[in-house]
Amino acid sequence: MRRPRLGSTMRTLMLAIACIAAATSVPAAAPTDDLARYPVSGRRSGYTYLSPETRAQQKDEFANPGMLWVEQGERLWSLVPDKSKAQAQSCVGCHGDAAKSMRGVAARYPAFDRGEGHVVSLEHRINACRVKKQGATPFAWESQGLLAMTAYVSRQSLDMPVSVKVTGPAARSFERGRTAYYQRRGQLDMACAHCHEERTGARLRAEVISQGQINGHPVYRQLWQTMGSAQRMFAWCNDAVRADPYAYGSQEYTDLELFVKWRGRGLPVETPAIRR
Amino acid sequence: MAERTTRVRVPAKARRGEIIQIKCMIMHPMENGFRFDTQGTFVPIHLINTFECRYNGEEVFRTRLGTGMAANPLLTFNTIATESGTIDFRWYDDDGSQHTAQARIEVE
Ligand code: HEC
Ligand code: HEC
Repeated sequence: MRRPRLGSTMRTLMLAIACIAAATSVPAAAPTDDLARYPVSGRRSGYTYLSPETRAQQKDEFANPGMLWVEQGERLWSLVPDKSKAQAQSCVGCHGDAAKSMRGVAARYPAFDRGEGHVVSLEHRINACRVKKQGATPFAWESQGLLAMTAYVSRQSLDMPVSVKVTGPAARSFERGRTAYYQRRGQLDMACAHCHEERTGARLRAEVISQGQINGHPVYRQLWQTMGSAQRMFAWCNDAVRADPYAYGSQEYTDLELFVKWRGRGLPVETPAIRR
Repeated sequence: MAERTTRVRVPAKARRGEIIQIKCMIMHPMENGFRFDTQGTFVPIHLINTFECRYNGEEVFRTRLGTGMAANPLLTFNTIATESGTIDFRWYDDDGSQHTAQARIEVE
């Protein structure tokens, strides 16, 4: 095979010069902007508040950094966490192909869990399998492992409409979540609704306030430079009004998550969404 | 140590002499050493300092990465398809570790 005379490095460098500047930038806007799918009956995904560049980056499976977590979750799916345990089985051992078994699951969580006797979020449900079915220690909330697993499971519901159950055994949890949503708190004495219902489109410092939907969670948040769960976002918003946040995974936040998810009923699952 | 997922994209097939685009990304915080965490503790600098790409063993792209880069850096560059073979990616981490990935290309 003949080698070209010009050193490959030189050759590539010349070609690369024009690309260096583009190295960290985002791809051009998606050819078909499907923005119209993201407001549903007046409910607007955070997607509709993004710049066209960020929307294109979210849609580009390669450029979307959240896909790093999805891929890590895919590996965890077929890994046995603690081989010393008798129940040593990977997720795939019981659930098989996630594309089938997990399709639609994220769209209906948080959900009432009969075994636990209360409403749990998807993170809880994943950890429950890790502990009870795999004999492993639970992932810490916001750990890379839990975010990766949650992102992977949620990705299987891509584009499916959010549809949580808020009646029957979930009703009490839902009502507590609703109450919390309209409750003033913090030194600024503001409720979630003051910003996400009454002030949508207004600015809080550099941020445009959206409806505060969670159809894309866990999301890659540019401010954090990493993935975050819906509950991390709640804590961030509590902090914004100088209120003490609840603990991650607490029933208070899980009830709130159920209510907030219901506010976005019908919106397509976007995980991993990108947000500012 | 945190796992560093990597992703690479190389066209599976190309014509000899064709300019091909290569993309790669690594999961990395790219801590710039200017940050304090929420507890007010200083976060030490921690970067991928160098990246290199080899095509059948020959270096075709190398770059230094610095504090100005966002987390999870995405790199896009071009090279010329010369022959079938492997393309190797290597990221050099400040902590002394190296992260690698590989892709195959068929050139006809
Ligand atoms: C030993 C078998 C077993 C293993 C291993 C296992 N699961 Fe499960 N999982 C189940 C069973 C059985 C159910 C449903 C019944 C129940 O509530 O226990 C379930 C339910 C779930 C649900 C809720 C599904 C729904 O429709 O609401 C999720 C999500 C889930 N598992 C994720 C995982 C993940 C992620 C892993 C790997 C970390 C895993 N599971 C490992 C047996 C298992
Ligand atoms: C002082 C105004 C303010 C209050 C009060 C507030 N938030 Fe937010 N919230 C923001 C801002 C600003 C953002 C970031 C921009 C955006 O996405 O809206 C945000 C973002 C969010 C997001 C992310 C939306 C997305 O698309 O990713 C959620 C979810 C959210 N808030 C929920 C809540 C909840 C629940 C409460 C009540 C506990 C609350 N917020 C209270 C200002 C507020």
